[in-house]
Amino acid sequence: MGLVVEGTALGAPQGSHPEPWVVGSNHSQAGGGHGSSISGIQIVTFKWHHVEAPYLIALWILVAGVSKMVVELNHSLTSVIPESALLICIGWILGGIIYGADKVQTFSLTPTVFFFYLLPQVILDAGYFMPNKLFFSNMGAILVYAVIGTCWNAATVGLSLWGCWLGGAMGDIDIGLLQFLLFGSLIAAVDPVAVIAVFEEVHVNEVLFIMVFGESLLNDGVTVVLFNVFDAFVSLGGAEIDAVEIIKGIISFFVVAFGGSLVGIIFALLISLLTRCTKNIQIIEPGFIFVLGYLSYLTAEMLSLSAILSIVFCGICCQKYINANMDERSVTTVRYVMKVIANGSETIIFVFLGISAIDPAIWVWNTGFILLTLLFIFVFRFIGVFLLTWILNKYRLVPLEFIDQVVMSYGGLRGAVAYGLVAMLDENKFNEKNLMVSTTLIVVYFTVMLQGITMKPLVTWLKVKRAAVTELTLAEKIQNRTFDHMLVAIEDISGQIGHNYMRDKWHNFEERWLCWFLMKPSARKSRDYIFNIFHQLNLKDAISYVKEGERRGSLAFVRNETKADVDFNKKFRANFSEIMPDIMADNMGPDHVPLSSILQDIVPSVCLDMHELDLKMRESEDFNAHHLLQQHLYRGRKQHRHRYSRSHLETNKDENEVQEIFERTMRSRLESFKSAKMGVAPAKKIQTKHQKKDKPQKMPNGNSTDKSKNHPYGDKDFEFSEGDSASGGEAAGGSFPMRAYRAEAGIVNPAFMAEMDPMDNMQQMQQIPHAALLPQTLTSFDP
Amino acid sequence: MGASQSAGTEHEFQELADRTGFSLEQIGNLNKRFRQLSNNEETLSREDLASIPALDNNPIRAQIINAFFDKRNLHQNEAGTVQEIGFEEFLMVMSHFRPAAMGITEEERENLRREKLQFLFNMHDTDSDGTITLEEYRRVVEELLSKAGMIGQETAKAIADAAMLEVAGTTRGKMEPDEFYEGITFEHFLQILKTFDIETRMHVRFLNMDTATLRCGKSK
Repeated sequence: MGLVVEGTALGAPQGSHPEPWVVGSNHSQAGGGHGSSISGIQIVTFKWHHVEAPYLIALWILVAGVSKMVVELNHSLTSVIPESALLICIGWILGGIIYGADKVQTFSLTPTVFFFYLLPQVILDAGYFMPNKLFFSNMGAILVYAVIGTCWNAATVGLSLWGCWLGGAMGDIDIGLLQFLLFGSLIAAVDPVAVIAVFEEVHVNEVLFIMVFGESLLNDGVTVVLFNVFDAFVSLGGAEIDAVEIIKGIISFFVVAFGGSLVGIIFALLISLLTRCTKNIQIIEPGFIFVLGYLSYLTAEMLSLSAILSIVFCGICCQKYINANMDERSVTTVRYVMKVIANGSETIIFVFLGISAIDPAIWVWNTGFILLTLLFIFVFRFIGVFLLTWILNKYRLVPLEFIDQVVMSYGGLRGAVAYGLVAMLDENKFNEKNLMVSTTLIVVYFTVMLQGITMKPLVTWLKVKRAAVTELTLAEKIQNRTFDHMLVAIEDISGQIGHNYMRDKWHNFEERWLCWFLMKPSARKSRDYIFNIFHQLNLKDAISYVKEGERRGSLAFVRNETKADVDFNKKFRANFSEIMPDIMADNMGPDHVPLSSILQDIVPSVCLDMHELDLKMRESEDFNAHHLLQQHLYRGRKQHRHRYSRSHLETNKDENEVQEIFERTMRSRLESFKSAKMGVAPAKKIQTKHQKKDKPQKMPNGNSTDKSKNHPYGDKDFEFSEGDSASGGEAAGGSFPMRAYRAEAGIVNPAFMAEMDPMDNMQQMQQIPHAALLPQTLTSFDP
Repeated sequence: MGASQSAGTEHEFQELADRTGFSLEQIGNLNKRFRQLSNNEETLSREDLASIPALDNNPIRAQIINAFFDKRNLHQNEAGTVQEIGFEEFLMVMSHFRPAAMGITEEERENLRREKLQFLFNMHDTDSDGTITLEEYRRVVEELLSKAGMIGQETAKAIADAAMLEVAGTTRGKMEPDEFYEGITFEHFLQILKTFDIETRMHVRFLNMDTATLRCGKSK
């Protein structure tokens, strides 16, 4: 962006406070300074200037956080008015207070602070959580909107305003064509921060969201170029512009855009490689992500390429590899911290957008200019989107509907980026800078507040297709996968090169080369998509199983009446928390981010919602299966050894020990259950109607305890089954039987039993492979 | 290639176009491809299809190839497979992948959907009995995961079982203890894939045929 770093100190007020580093030079207080004479030893001194800068920064972050809390107090309000609008209002109030106190606006959103310290994390967050598949399959359309759409907007707004100025609608202002074009280019860009802020409340369908959001991210390439080009033109003066300069401008677009993306991709490679090598020192992994992400931003900035594109592509390209390479806890850390700082930055941005407005020094009111700007950006946005969509629909498989186009046009929000750019203008070159700043602020307020407030009702009124909230079932996922393969095959048979062909080729390339290069060997093995789903389902089962067992007070394996549906969190959480408050209280340790929070994100089709993630994290805090399981595993074995270490969070990590503990626990429970069961009629314990076969499927006790070493769950189920050979078969399926038992009774046993030969079951019981899976899944989340 | 047989072929193509819904150009392209795959013979056999090198990477290639020879997909309401297919049958199978035309009625869309889903269903239901039993489903999953390498047979079985269970759960609801879930019928299949946008997704663009690919699609 070619920022000129302004002289103001970071975050420091723009007033005339003295340099904070010079201690006590202006102190009139006794004992403050080194140079002044002291009369005696001061026990306590007030050294404000000593801490001024960091203090103010921390204080502002605190204020922003508190404002967010205030905003969230009233849910009915936030469901109508988007948070960002409310934060701007709070900013106004705060700005008013400061202005009233100081008579001059000491704080405002300076471009330096904004572009260097507030924006990068928001964009990194956007890139890291970007749904890649969706993004790349719509890439063509997104690029069209981002590049052509933004150019169209810039040109039309700039030229129309110029036309109106010539026509005298704006009165007498000292401005020219080039300045209008520059203004047009900076006001034309759709802003990612604003789009996230508004759309996250609204939940439109994925394709629509990715269009607007992708456009807002990628248009930075165009905005940067246009801004710099017109800025240079203004400096050169109108006379110097000839064809060469224009061609240079066009070339610079390609250089900036592709160069920026390239820088981002290089950094993504670096990050992936680094995480590949951090097996021994996992605690610093998250740090790398953030630092390298930030460096990619700064590097692109340094090379005058598009910084936003750089950091976006860094996030997009590295997510898959780092999620595979890093330890699960690091992944959680990165995700959560990313959300925290992005959220924090966003809050600060909006608050300061409000505060910056309360400054009479910058306000220049020109009704014509302002109203015309508002009108033109609105109208031309609609025209642009409809025009481009009409062209695009000829080439798209799934055409964009009319309603989606309306929402896309309406969702073209301008935000802080525009303000940052306009604040960077040089006052000497641009006499009407204040006019432009005021107009930009008004535009931002208009879009964020008015369009933000009306977005939700509009979407509901137009019956826009909303995001699907349900998780895909396993069957659907399998079907999806089959489907993709089928399409590829048909394309191959019919000799096409289609989307599927390209995607498949890329996929194969990626699997063979990139994953080998960038992923840890251990990560490579368990990468299959369906397998991952299955693995996570196993984990969920394991957790729920223990929880349920505890709830019932014994291992009586009770079925629940609901559908065979893995989502136990919702059902049991409420019950659980009231029954076992003390257990959970005990387990609120320092790292009590529950595993369930990871599991809940199994299918983040579009996981853009910072809010939602917040809520999920909060809800699952009551339900700390992770710690509960830990408790059962470790009870009575070892004392907790607290060892202060910057890099170690846990006490014992011995996998074998964990496994042994688990087996012992299971075995002992099994014993207690068996002894309880002996005296009880079979029908009472399980409502399944069992065929009362007398087949001696039950293995002698000695054997079964043996089995428990390998089939902790399998064995248990076997016990329950009472001669039901089918469930023996299930046992070989590891965790599956648990879910089976949760399902309606009849499904499991007869259906699958009919297929199985009892003798096979015996043999299957001997097999270990699946059970090997299970302890592994359990040990994988020991703390 | 078709220059010498222009008149007669044109007429045939027109007929085929009317019947299958492809455009003349698409039929022309597909015919070229058919000729190439079948080595200029009149019929295509399984070996011809199996020799396409690009299909080697596909985990479900056996099923796809079978789908071409499955009588149910050829609009013959019988079970079983044929050994060889002619161009018309080739087109019939391919017609399942045509996109939905713009501006068709709701009912037509529904029919199209059913047709496409029937194709998918037939692919899984290898014994043509109208239901996808557990065994068949297991085979599907095993094939799907066969390329992933590390997945064992047991796991694939377990995944298939779990998926089957889900389907049973959603379609049958709570079942009585002695009820037997035979397998996924077509109606159940429709139900679980309700949210699946099949009309728009099951769709291959038959226009963009790169002649270069036409040549390298088959091993030389």
